[in-house]
Amino acid sequence: MGSLGILLLQQLVNGLTTGCIYALIALGYSMVYGVLELLNFAHGELFMLGAYVAIVILGGLALHGPAPLGILIGALGLCFIGGMFVSSSLGVVIEKVAYRPLRYASRLAPILTALGVSIVLQNTTMLVAGRRPWYFPHIFSSQTYELGGIIVTNLQLFILVVATGLMVALHYLVNRTDFGLAIRAVAEDKTTASLMGIELDRTISSVFVIGPALGAAAGLLFSLYYGVAFFTMGFVAGIKAFTAAVLGGIGNIPGAMVGGLLLGVLEAIGAGVLPIVTRGVLGAEYKDVFAFVVLIAVMVFKPTGLMGERVGR
Amino acid sequence: MGRPRLNGFRQRRWVALVVAGLLVLPAGIRDIYMIRVLDLAGLYVLLALGLNIVVGYAGLLDLGYVAFYAVGAYLYALLASPQFGFHLPFLLVFVLGGGLAALAGVLIGYPTLRLRGDYLAIVTMAFGEIVRILMNNLDSLTNGPQGIMQIDELGLFGYHFNTPLRIYYLVLLLCALSVTLVRNLERSKIGRAWAAIREDEEAARGMGLNTRNLKLLAFAMGATTAGVAGVIFAGLQQFVSPESFTFWESILILCMVVLGGMGSIPGVIVGSVVLVVLPEFLRTYEDYRMLFFGLALIVMMLLRPEGLWPSRRRGRELHESRVTPAAGAGGAG
Amino acid sequence: MSDGHLLQVEGLTKTFGALRAVEGVRFVVAPGQIYAIIGPNGAGKTTVFNLITGAIPATAGSVRFKGGEVLGRPEHEVTILGLARTYQNLRLFHNMTVRENVMVGRHCRTRTGIRDALFHTPRQRQEEAAIVEQATRLLHFVGIEEYAEELAKSIPYGSQKRLEIARALATEPNLLLLDEPAAGMNTQETADLIALIERIRREGRTILLIEHDMRVVMGISDQILVLDHGVTIAEGPPSQIQRDERVIEAYLGRRSVRGAT
Repeated sequence: MGSLGILLLQQLVNGLTTGCIYALIALGYSMVYGVLELLNFAHGELFMLGAYVAIVILGGLALHGPAPLGILIGALGLCFIGGMFVSSSLGVVIEKVAYRPLRYASRLAPILTALGVSIVLQNTTMLVAGRRPWYFPHIFSSQTYELGGIIVTNLQLFILVVATGLMVALHYLVNRTDFGLAIRAVAEDKTTASLMGIELDRTISSVFVIGPALGAAAGLLFSLYYGVAFFTMGFVAGIKAFTAAVLGGIGNIPGAMVGGLLLGVLEAIGAGVLPIVTRGVLGAEYKDVFAFVVLIAVMVFKPTGLMGERVGR
Repeated sequence: MGRPRLNGFRQRRWVALVVAGLLVLPAGIRDIYMIRVLDLAGLYVLLALGLNIVVGYAGLLDLGYVAFYAVGAYLYALLASPQFGFHLPFLLVFVLGGGLAALAGVLIGYPTLRLRGDYLAIVTMAFGEIVRILMNNLDSLTNGPQGIMQIDELGLFGYHFNTPLRIYYLVLLLCALSVTLVRNLERSKIGRAWAAIREDEEAARGMGLNTRNLKLLAFAMGATTAGVAGVIFAGLQQFVSPESFTFWESILILCMVVLGGMGSIPGVIVGSVVLVVLPEFLRTYEDYRMLFFGLALIVMMLLRPEGLWPSRRRGRELHESRVTPAAGAGGAG
Repeated sequence: MSDGHLLQVEGLTKTFGALRAVEGVRFVVAPGQIYAIIGPNGAGKTTVFNLITGAIPATAGSVRFKGGEVLGRPEHEVTILGLARTYQNLRLFHNMTVRENVMVGRHCRTRTGIRDALFHTPRQRQEEAAIVEQATRLLHFVGIEEYAEELAKSIPYGSQKRLEIARALATEPNLLLLDEPAAGMNTQETADLIALIERIRREGRTILLIEHDMRVVMGISDQILVLDHGVTIAEGPPSQIQRDERVIEAYLGRRSVRGAT
C-alpha cells in the first residue's frame, strides 16, 4: 500500500476517534435544538466541565499514574458518573432559570442568554481553576497495536468502544422507550404533545439531563485523549460539534452521530493532507479553520444537513 | 419612522448641551491617561453604532463583527507603516478601509443572511475566528502574533493627530457624524423597512420589500463603520496584533449594544461609554470583567431585554410575552 | 396581457413529499373581475395563494400575470409586478403603528435610496411627506383612519383585517389577493367588507379571494373556483356553483345531495 494510502487510513483511525467525541457533543446540541429550537451555547462549557470534574475526582482518588485494570475502570466509571452528574444538574438548572422564562420571547433573547450562560461558565471555571491548563493524570498505560502500518492505541479503542456504547444506549432510549417517545413527540410538535398529556417541562428537562451528560462524557474522553483540560476548550469544540450537528441535520439524532464521525474524519484527513498538498505553506494549525470552512459550506449549500433536519413547531 | 421622544426644540437643546459638554470635557481632566480612555470609548461608540445597525435595526445577530474591525486596522497597518514601506495618507486608507470592509460584509453576508438567527450567529462567529486565525498565521503578511508596530500617526493635510487630545476631537467629530447619519437612516423609509423585517420578514417580502438586499445593506453599513473604526484604532495605538480582534471583542461590542439598548442610539452610546470607562475604575476586578458581562447578558435578557436606555419600539417588541407564532405563509385551506 | 387575462394559472401543482396539496389547478382571471376560490378546509386554497405570490416554490405548472411568467420569481418581485395579498391569519407589523404598517406598503413604489436616507435630503423629506399622505388616504379609504397612531396589535380584529387590506393596497396592485377577509366578522362588518371590496373594484383593481362566508362569495363574485383535496371540482358563476352537486357533496358529504338555496 502506498504511503499516501497508509497516511489516509491512519488519519481515518484518528478521525474516527475524535469523531466519536464530536458525535457525543453534537448529540447534546441536536437534542436540545430539536426540542427547543434553541442553540445551547453553554453546551461546550458543559463538555469542558466533564473534563475538569474528572481531573478533580482523580486527584481526590490520588491517582496520578498508570493503574491496574480494576482500579482504572472503577476510577473512570466514577469520573463518568461525577462529570455527567455535574453537567446534567447544571444543564437542568440553566434550562429552568435562563431558558424557560424566555421560551416564548423574541428570537434574539434566548440566543443572547445562552451566550451569557456560556460566558459565565467559562469565566467561573477560569477564576476557580486558573488560566493555565490542567493536566489529565496519565492513568491509562498506553499500548499500541499495529495493523499493516497503521497504529492504533488502546486508548483510541477505549474511546471508540465507550462512545459507541453511549450512542447505542441513547438510540435505545430514544427509540425503544416511552421516555424517548415523549422526547420525540415534543421535538415534533410541542403543542400537540402537551395536548396528548405529555408534560412539556419535564420532558424538556430530561433532554437537558441527557444532552449535557453525553457532553460531559465527551469532555472526559477528550481530556483523556489529549492529556489536558483548559477553560476555553468548550469554545472550539462547541463550534465543531455544532458543525457536526448541522452536517448531519439538526435535531436528527442519527444525523448527529454521522455528522460527528464524518467531521472527525474529514478534519483528520484534511490536517494530514493539507501540509502535503500546500507543500508546507498551510500547516496543521489550520485544522480548526478547516472545520469552520466545513461549517460555512454546510450552512450555505445544505443547511438542512445530510440526513435532513428534524425540527418541530 | 419613530415618533420623537421629546419635541424637536427640547431635544435639540439637550443635544446642544451634551455636545458643548463633550467639547470642553478634556479641559477638566488632568490625567492624560483618562483622555486616552475617552479616545477608546469614542472608538467603541463608533463600533457599537455600527453593530447597532446590524443587530438593533435589522435584527441580525453578528458574532463575528470584530472581523471587519480587524480588516480596517490591518489595512492601515499594512499601508502606513514600515511593514512594507508604504506610507499612504490616512484619508485614503480611511476610505479604502471602509470600502474593503463593506466588500467583506457583502461577501460574507450574501450567502449567510438568509439563515435563521442562531445559525447566522454561529456562522458569523466562525468567520470572525477564521479572520483572526489568518491574521495570526500569515506571518509574512501580518507578522503573526507579534503584530505590526510603528504604524504612522493619523494625519490630515499636514495636521498630525499625535496626542490623545487631538485624537479625542477627531473621534468626537466622527461620532457626531455617525450619530447623525445613523439617526437619519433610522427615521427614513429604510429604517422602517428594517423594522418591518424584524417584525415579520415573510410579510415584508409580501409587501414588496427586497429583504435580502435590505439585510445586506445593514450588514455592509455595520461593516463599513467597523472598518473605519479599525483604521482609526491602528493610527491611535500605532500597533496592531491579532490579540485585539478576538471573539471576546465581538462579545464586548455586542454587550454594549444589548445592555445599552438595541436599536437605540443614546442607549448604545451610553452602553459603550460605560463598558469602556467603568472597567478603568474597577481595575482590581479586571479578571471578573467577562464574568460580569455574561451575567449582565443573562439578567438583562430576563428582566430588561430592551436595554438601559431603550428605543420605544424595541421595548414593545421585546416585551411580548406570548408571541403568536406566524402560522406559516397562511394556514390550512 | 395575453388574451386580455390578468392572471392565467395552468396545471398548478404542489406536493409536499407524498402529500399532493394542490394538483393540476387551472383558471383565468379577467381584469376587473372578482374571482373567488372556495372549498372545504384543507382544500389547498391558501396553498394556491402561496404558490401564486411566490411564497413557496411550485412543483409544476405555470402562472402568468400580465402576460409574464411569475412562478419561480422572488416574492417581492411579484408584488412589484402588481400582485399583493392579505393573510388568512393576519401578518401585521404588530409593534408599528397602523399608519406605519401602510407606509411600509409604499416602500416598493417610492424612488429614494440610501443616499437620500443617510443625508436626509429634501427629496427624501418630500417623498416621506407623500408617503404619509398616501397612507393616511388609504386608511380613510378602508375606514380606519381613527386608529392611525395606534399600534397595530391594539386595534380591534375587524380593523386589523382592514388594515391588512390597506397595506396591500399601498403597493398599488393590479390584482389583490384576499385570504378569508371576512373571517371572524359579524354581519355589519361583513356588509362593510363587501362594500369595501366593491370600492376597490371600482378603482380598477381585480380581486381574487378565498372565502368561506357564502354571503360574501355568492354576493359579489363574478366567477367561482371550487377546490377539494387540492383539485378543481367545479368552476363557474355563482348561480351555477350553488346548484352543482359535486360542490354540495364536497361541503356537506356524500349523502346530502339537495339543491342549495
